[in-house]
Amino acid sequence: MCNDVILKMTKIEKSFPGVKALKGVDLTLRAGEVHCIMGENGAGKSTLIKCLTGVYQMDAGEVMLNGEEVRPQSVTEAMKLGISSVYQEVNLCPNLTVAENIFIGRQPMRAGVFVDLPKMNKLSQKALEKFNLDIDVTRSLDSYPIAIQQMVAIARAVDVSAKVLIFDEPTSSLDRGEVERLFDIMRRLKAEGMAIVFISHFLDQVYEISDRITVLRNGAFIGEHLASELSRIDLVTQMVGKEFDKIANLQKATPKEGRKVIIQADNISVDTSIHNVDLSLSEGEVLGFAGLLGSGRSETARALFGLDKVSNGSVSIRGKAMNLNSPVVAIKNRIAFCPEDRKRDGIVADLTIRENIVLALQGRMGMFKFISRKKQEELANRYIKLLGIVTPDAEKKIGELSGGNQQKVILARWLATEPDALILDEPTRGIDVGAKAEIIKLTLELCEKGMAVAFISSELEEVVKLSNNVVIMRDHKKVAQLCEAEIDHDRILQTIAGGEEACVS
Amino acid sequence: MRILKKITSTRIFPPLLVLFLILLFNLIVQPGFLSLEFRDGRFVGGLMLILNRSIPIMLLAVGMTLVIATGGVDLSVGSVVAVSAAVAISLIRGGDLAPTAYTAMPLVFVVLITMLVGIALGLWNGFLISKLNMPPVVATLVLMVAARGLTQIITQERSLTTGHTPFGEIANGITLGVPNQFWIGVGIFLLVWFFTRRTALGLFIESVGANKSASTHAGIRSNVVLMAVYAVSALCAAIVGILSASSVLVVEPMNTGLDMELSAIVAVVLGGTRMNGGKFNLGGSCIGAIILQALHQTMTFYGVPVQFSLVIQAIVIVVIIIIQSATTRNFISSLFKSKKEVPAS
Repeated sequence: MCNDVILKMTKIEKSFPGVKALKGVDLTLRAGEVHCIMGENGAGKSTLIKCLTGVYQMDAGEVMLNGEEVRPQSVTEAMKLGISSVYQEVNLCPNLTVAENIFIGRQPMRAGVFVDLPKMNKLSQKALEKFNLDIDVTRSLDSYPIAIQQMVAIARAVDVSAKVLIFDEPTSSLDRGEVERLFDIMRRLKAEGMAIVFISHFLDQVYEISDRITVLRNGAFIGEHLASELSRIDLVTQMVGKEFDKIANLQKATPKEGRKVIIQADNISVDTSIHNVDLSLSEGEVLGFAGLLGSGRSETARALFGLDKVSNGSVSIRGKAMNLNSPVVAIKNRIAFCPEDRKRDGIVADLTIRENIVLALQGRMGMFKFISRKKQEELANRYIKLLGIVTPDAEKKIGELSGGNQQKVILARWLATEPDALILDEPTRGIDVGAKAEIIKLTLELCEKGMAVAFISSELEEVVKLSNNVVIMRDHKKVAQLCEAEIDHDRILQTIAGGEEACVS
Repeated sequence: MRILKKITSTRIFPPLLVLFLILLFNLIVQPGFLSLEFRDGRFVGGLMLILNRSIPIMLLAVGMTLVIATGGVDLSVGSVVAVSAAVAISLIRGGDLAPTAYTAMPLVFVVLITMLVGIALGLWNGFLISKLNMPPVVATLVLMVAARGLTQIITQERSLTTGHTPFGEIANGITLGVPNQFWIGVGIFLLVWFFTRRTALGLFIESVGANKSASTHAGIRSNVVLMAVYAVSALCAAIVGILSASSVLVVEPMNTGLDMELSAIVAVVLGGTRMNGGKFNLGGSCIGAIILQALHQTMTFYGVPVQFSLVIQAIVIVVIIIIQSATTRNFISSLFKSKKEVPAS
């Protein structure tokens, strides 16, 4: 491993109206290293990256690239200098071909005016070969899965420039195998002497891939460490700042005797996504869902909320058979649902926190029973306080909040409807450690107060920690249900993998 | 200073400022332009003319604002104006009678039936867009062409006139010194304002426009909201059709309502509502309509030939929109910032 410093950012400062986002942050990238930037949401990771890639212009500080001072004014300029980034959401053009995406803006020309298509396709093929990717480059990008699209984005970035490559949350929409493949590529690029920046919320992945870690907190530089010398607990403590309130200390809810069943599903199927699922959700309990992405976890939740049509079987709520054909029916029956894709299905980014909070309640009450402005403000302020939503006031647009705070607003939206059952689909995805713990704590509190909670999460630890019962799903079917004492990390893993077929209940 | 900042940051401030500047220009160059006097029991003068003549576009802009807030656009309103005017006049003429003859159908029914025709056309738009997921531009373009054809069928491709003076009173009659058309316009604006801002409809419209999927997940009947806004838009167009037929007592199948949808869209944009949906500003759209009429009238007043007048109007509109754009506003606020350090909070 050669450790020449490629890029050095010193005392970077950046302010936005009212906020100082970066207060003198340092970042040193060395050739042949994967460098991870850690910090909670709002710590300044994205701002730092955006300053580096020319999206934002920094207010103070300097960037030295190979010993020369640079100050990229635009993404294109940063790219020309050799600094590129691959974002969480692939920022390519889905309707163009793979080859066009790789060469957009710098197409090989013939006679100065015509795009040399054969040459472009051949070069694209070659660029992708580096990543063992043999696909038809003349097909449109959106005909490939997101993982492949990401590879194309990387191929483009590497092909354009090859000094510093930034991965901003590249793994959040990938499954395990795809993550492995991505990591292989990162290791290869590293071996070629590139400096790689990796940003992720997944601690496991951070430790798996990174050589060095820089920690930021509230826009300030906390420290730079070798990954091998920084324990997890130290890392989290540095990120959170206070002694991390560990999930480990939380107690499960204790379901009371004679509790009522809120939702009962008998043998339900949804066309292609779930087959013959039985489950029952009672007040005061957490029903966890475990299983891989696409196993039918989220699909079951959608069916229970009336988003997907149940083609077979029946759902009853508080013992009454229901035709759940729309969320409107579910909400009327006091069921609430925090969807997995917060950006697409959860927040209404353009509206204020207040409006986002009252939305579901107002929807249930109908158009004419208008919740007065004063009442709306009361509701909003109450939940902002109750859930600890960090915002100057209720009139800020929700889109301007960090992920964790957005999730809390969505929770507030549902709590305002005073539901009996709350379905949480990946409530802790893409949010920082502190907010994660708070949301888990809140879930338990609600449960103690008698709410029925269905909890879906890819992070098995959370499911094990919280659930009174766990439904395990595989290939669109429920393969097992474990209760209380049987809930065990390894046992769930085995069942997911297919080791245990027996349905214990 | 703080109050001044609060006023200038409201969404209605930029269009109001523009209108003020146009009026100020006229006031300085030609004071007579804005004269307002009370004569023969009514207000007359340039200002009254601007207000009254801006009513049709204002009404269309009110409906258009709601449609644009849902992220759509309604290109059919101009043709719906024509079809409604044709329906109203042919109901009055009752078949193929001479222009001076009219049926015994009470005017109330004429108006109600015409309004129902408008609502039906709007629901058709809403159906195509919400249930069949047709892009709004395509769906309303279909009706724009179809309704124009329908007008020609109803009028048998001729101009239809009527001598029914009571019908003319709907738009031209004077109440409290001001034409009825003005009161109708103000009344409908207030009604729509009330329904969107004093019920939850406004919130639902903005929410569906900003994120339809999230709104559906929050239990809002997004499709019903979409149907409603297109119905309201077409209803506004039907009312404009009635007013248009009433004020000139004639409908010209190829001319009535022509290009009005474009003026309505421009009025909405001038009023500060963004084309991609979300927050809307009804008051702003009305100011937008008045700006358009004021511009038009200014051109006419100074005798600018029609062909130039359109080009000049276009240039002025582009300039206004550039001034209002977020980029310009950020630029202006950045000018202020460089002089004064913003304290970190």
